Amino acid sequence: MNALPLADLADLLGRLLVLSLLSIGGAMATAPELHRYLVDGRGWLDDATFSSAVALAQAAPGPNVLFVPLLGYQLAGLTGAFATLAGILLPSTLLSLSIGRWARAHRHTAGARAFTAGLAPVAIGLLLATGWLIARPYLANAGQRVGTLALIAITLGILLKTRVAPIWLLMLGALAGLLGLA
Amino acid sequence: MAASPRTGAAFAPRSPLDLFLTFTALALQGFGGVLAIAQRELVERKRWLSREEFIEVYALSQLLPGPNIVTMALLLGDRFFGWRGAAAALAGMLGAPLAIVLVLAAGYVRFAELPAVADALRGMGAVAAGLIAGTAIKLIGGLRGNPLGVAGCAALVLATLVAVAILRVPLPWAVGGLGGLGWWLAWRRLRRAGEGQ
Repeated sequence: MNALPLADLADLLGRLLVLSLLSIGGAMATAPELHRYLVDGRGWLDDATFSSAVALAQAAPGPNVLFVPLLGYQLAGLTGAFATLAGILLPSTLLSLSIGRWARAHRHTAGARAFTAGLAPVAIGLLLATGWLIARPYLANAGQRVGTLALIAITLGILLKTRVAPIWLLMLGALAGLLGLA
Repeated sequence: MAASPRTGAAFAPRSPLDLFLTFTALALQGFGGVLAIAQRELVERKRWLSREEFIEVYALSQLLPGPNIVTMALLLGDRFFGWRGAAAALAGMLGAPLAIVLVLAAGYVRFAELPAVADALRGMGAVAAGLIAGTAIKLIGGLRGNPLGVAGCAALVLATLVAVAILRVPLPWAVGGLGGLGWWLAWRRLRRAGEGQ
């Protein structure tokens, strides 16, 4: 691991602080810009290292934003990991907290009630779209289509009709995948 | 009623520590997305939030910058214990998962590229898709009493689904545009209902 000079780390931190405020639509939305800067621009990381950080963050439990401290770790060890995590989260956290408080303080005004009511169906449409987008790559592959559809149907049935915890369904999915059923 | 910060929810976390432990458990179960797990734990099991409140916080976290589930944790922590709650929820959501990915990275294990892991993840991905869709179906009941009415809500749900899943409209535009339309329509309905009284 090559520790990045402090001046370069500061430059990276500056970028992250700005990207943080632009990360509407989630942390992954900042990945292309970070790739442009770290791999194509500065050449501090190679393509494979960048991709494996993204893949690891997606595969492991927890929020996908953890690909950012993984990149920081590759650049400057634990210092890099904590510095980059702080950089990507601090501005958005402070802004979101203040807007969230403002929204809650005004939640009984007509404008805020209309805001909540108007946004609720959009949020549900968004969840359905997310389910579709996650399933699509598996459904596009003819060999996995039947298994994927069966797993989705079983998941829906158990989730809606029983009180089985989702983690057991995820374990069932892992098992089905290992056995080559999906 | 107007003073209550948690109308509709039955219980609240006991302490910031309770929040921290709950969000740690959520994060560690969240393969392929924490949202379905969060809905089940926070709304159905612990009953810290009503369905309506959960949708509200989720929608708001989509519009705000930052990772959505992290923003949700922040807003929920803040709602119960202010700064301390926000910090506890954030630490719970990030702490243990960060430790796990750093240990895996330090071991130079290209974990996600092992064939067996890839197979398992594919199966988990299919389940994750079902979990998210099922969560959406569960939350539809929270639209009851919405001033947009059944037809208005159905039209907005469908329009969002088509815009994001089929037309691939970037998320901020879809949420901003269709959310803005919903806001305006709901505001008109609410104002008209107010005048009718």
